[in-house]
Amino acid sequence: MPRISHWIMRRLSHLDPVLLGLVLVLLGISVAVVASASGQSAARIGGHLMNIGLAVGVMVVMANVPPHVLSRVGMPLYVTGVVLLVGVALFGEVRNGSRRWLDLGVVAFQPSELLKLALPLMLAWYFQHNEAVLRAKHYAVAIGLLGLPFLLILRQPDLGTALMIGVSGFYLLFFAGLPWKIVLGGGAVLGASLPLAWGFLHDYQQRRVLTLLDPSADPLGAGYHIIQSTIAIGSGGLFGKGWMRGTQNQLDFIPERTTDFVFAVFGEEFGYVGMVLLVALHLALVARGLAIAARAPTLFGRLMAATLSLNLFTYVFVNMGMVSGILPVVGVPLPLMSYGGTALVTLLFGIGILMSVATHRQINKT
Amino acid sequence: MAITSLKNLDRELARFHLRLKFAAGFVVLLAAALLVRGYYLQHMQHEYYVQRAESNRISLVPAAPHRGLIVDRNERILADNYSAYTLEINRAQMASLERTLTALQALIDITPGQLRRFRRLLAESNEFETVPLKSRLSDEEVAIVAANRYRLPGVEVKARLFRNYRAGPGMAHVVGFIGRINDRDLATLRENGREQNYRGSVHIGKTGLEQSYEGLLHGRTGFDQMETDAGGRAVRVLSRIPPVPGKDLRLYLDVELQAVAEHAFGDYLGGLVALDPNTGGVLALVSKPGFDPNLFIDGIDPDTWKELNESRERPMVNRVLRGIYPPGSTIKPFMALAGLELGVRRPGDSIVDPGYFMLPNSSHQFRDWKRGGHGVVDLRRSIAQSCDTYYYKLAVDMGIDRMHDFLAQFGFGTKTGVDLDGESAGLLPSREWKQRRWKKPWYPGETVIAGIGQGYHLTTPLQLATATAMLANGGRPVQPRLVAAIRDPATRQWAPVAPMMPRSALAIAPAHLEVVHQGMLDVTRPGGTAAASAAGASYAIAGKTGTAQVVSIKQGARYDASRLAREHRDHALFIAYAPADKPTLALAVMVENGGSGSGTAAPIARAVFDYYLTGKRPGDMKFGDDNAAD
Repeated sequence: MPRISHWIMRRLSHLDPVLLGLVLVLLGISVAVVASASGQSAARIGGHLMNIGLAVGVMVVMANVPPHVLSRVGMPLYVTGVVLLVGVALFGEVRNGSRRWLDLGVVAFQPSELLKLALPLMLAWYFQHNEAVLRAKHYAVAIGLLGLPFLLILRQPDLGTALMIGVSGFYLLFFAGLPWKIVLGGGAVLGASLPLAWGFLHDYQQRRVLTLLDPSADPLGAGYHIIQSTIAIGSGGLFGKGWMRGTQNQLDFIPERTTDFVFAVFGEEFGYVGMVLLVALHLALVARGLAIAARAPTLFGRLMAATLSLNLFTYVFVNMGMVSGILPVVGVPLPLMSYGGTALVTLLFGIGILMSVATHRQINKT
Repeated sequence: MAITSLKNLDRELARFHLRLKFAAGFVVLLAAALLVRGYYLQHMQHEYYVQRAESNRISLVPAAPHRGLIVDRNERILADNYSAYTLEINRAQMASLERTLTALQALIDITPGQLRRFRRLLAESNEFETVPLKSRLSDEEVAIVAANRYRLPGVEVKARLFRNYRAGPGMAHVVGFIGRINDRDLATLRENGREQNYRGSVHIGKTGLEQSYEGLLHGRTGFDQMETDAGGRAVRVLSRIPPVPGKDLRLYLDVELQAVAEHAFGDYLGGLVALDPNTGGVLALVSKPGFDPNLFIDGIDPDTWKELNESRERPMVNRVLRGIYPPGSTIKPFMALAGLELGVRRPGDSIVDPGYFMLPNSSHQFRDWKRGGHGVVDLRRSIAQSCDTYYYKLAVDMGIDRMHDFLAQFGFGTKTGVDLDGESAGLLPSREWKQRRWKKPWYPGETVIAGIGQGYHLTTPLQLATATAMLANGGRPVQPRLVAAIRDPATRQWAPVAPMMPRSALAIAPAHLEVVHQGMLDVTRPGGTAAASAAGASYAIAGKTGTAQVVSIKQGARYDASRLAREHRDHALFIAYAPADKPTLALAVMVENGGSGSGTAAPIARAVFDYYLTGKRPGDMKFGDDNAAD
């Protein structure tokens, strides 16, 4: 018995207390908000708690996987992901007008989800592997490794996910030391090509962007989501209407309010004070993640920790920006707040990696 | 080698840390953008969004008021409301209308007529309106539809108030009917700024009193301030402005008198107006044939409408209000009075009637209805025997200008101002009118026939009755009115309607009126044209018969009713008041193709007088079934 408890203590010792505390506080808030947004639906709350349990379990497991072990799965995971993406392009199932799903007989899943972690792992492994001999060509190869899944996902079409994956890859390249002139030059080229890119956007994507500029142009169509969520947030005021007392929420005016638009519910019921607190918690999470990156003993750990942290906040920004009407509507959940198992598991998988990097200090020979 | 790689490592680490700081700065920038946006929405624009959220949440649901009742003088109900369940269809909420209809037909009985009416209403309504399919569901039907609601989206059972016209077809031309508000009604309401008050209303008065008293009958729409969710479902009531029910109307009219009059017509068509000559109150207003007003409430089915509208009997035309006929000999008492008042005749002046009249320098004979003439005729006798020759000559002596001006005082040629819409003004010809209308001068021959109410002169039965009432009341102009009193349902108190525009009597010498009065009494005495119809009455009737020509009779030919098809026979007219010494009822009767006034019109008048003055009912008439619900 003492051996088992000792073993358990060893496992738990890999949980970074600061990250764990922040994650649990945010998940606690999320349970309260999902409860309010679902109209206290026992099924929704129960499902959410189960997702949280599963995701926390994944986090604990990942925290105990040493980074050098993890770095070895980067390449196989990436290759599998890309093969599956090709499979989607050839045999995928069309839902809502785009080919994103692969039916594996038992479950249908989106291979693009896999790439969210596989791509940083692959790139981090690649840079670690070539750490001693890093040259310009390695960056070129890395850009190629990033571009392949990016284009495949873009073709599905799933602009939102493609961008998020592209951005995470870019973060990793940036931390890996991509020269400034390429960073800035790339930015300039990207900016200049925006008008050209506009032409390649699908109708519904163009509409989402236009809707952002003037939501009232189509108040019952594409603009409805943004109009209703900004009304919810704005009417919340400084202190909010109180938990379970948001009228926009309780009377069904906010669409997707347990998932992508959960922040509208939060903003309505907890106000600006709540929002500042929420942003502060996420900033603390990112700060802790960057601190872990700064102290990580290996390049792989540094790159993974920094990229995952920055990625986390990017999701926060894109979601809150979309719900409060400064970014177009893209299907991105709010990390640690939205209802939804896949996203939560992926996220805590990443935080588990952060914890692993934080607690496995000795340099392992590879 | 080892040292350089360590130095490299240091440089790499330093660069990494620098980039971490950049990343941290980037994150802070993004966070600041979110917080600025949040501050803008939640503090600076807070008031605006609170308002937006409130208008999302709160909706005004109109509550339609109860429509006022219409009752007769004895408060017998002519129009009231009942509540019943209707089956209504909302197209926007269903995948396939046809499949829903088929499913409904399998559940409950829907007649082809209801289906046709439904399709017509559907064509007239917009996509989001609910359209009634079947009204007055039985309890069993309500239960069946309710049990199957889950598979019939867009099918609703609603409790609604319905108008019920209890008095049958005979009252249709008085009470009128309500119908569904159409685009034209909406446009009118919008013009008058009354649109808001009809937010919850489905029906509006279309004809009769329902139309002319719409403003009083409708009431004021109330509003419930409801909290509603995004799907439009009401969650709870926040506040309520209750609707104000419409006013009830009490008529002068007596449904039993009306029924007696209608019955007296027998198979004949025509119109009758009975007025109280002292108030102008309409005691009976018959236009035969009538129709069932209940057919129109929720839209009539197209076949029935076609049948009603294209019928040769034209049941939809209110003959009393809109039917215009030459007054014929009923104009004679007025002409006689004109002769006396204008000093053209004295009561004692008499003519010798050879049976025709000729204008100077003309060989055209204007014939009297009696071959060989009436012999020596003075004014009283000219009325009693309806001597045409007397009036040919009188008209020529008076001239068309003076004739027009005098008759105009009795309301000929102008609307009576009755409280029903759509009244015709008739036509009182004059020299100036003919010039304007036909660009032709007035011919002397036209004056001659105008003297016996033929030619251009056209009146409505209502105008004739009104003019007769003036003879009865000593020359005081009256305005016919249907509504005697108005009741506020809240106070339950009847408030009498003040007579409109009380006008003083015309300056007519009582002695002149008396002569005419005597002449009209002679009409119903032995030797008079309507003697037979007045025989045995316990009261005296002053009256005048008349016929309105339908086909013109050729010069030299004779009018013989028995040889003409019924639709070519003359319209029979009779005007009268009684009791003659103190009249309480004045009337005008028009019997379409009735032949002669004495033969068909006067007996109808007698039946009305008998019932009104003595309570005697026609022997072969059954009472008590006229007030049954349709």
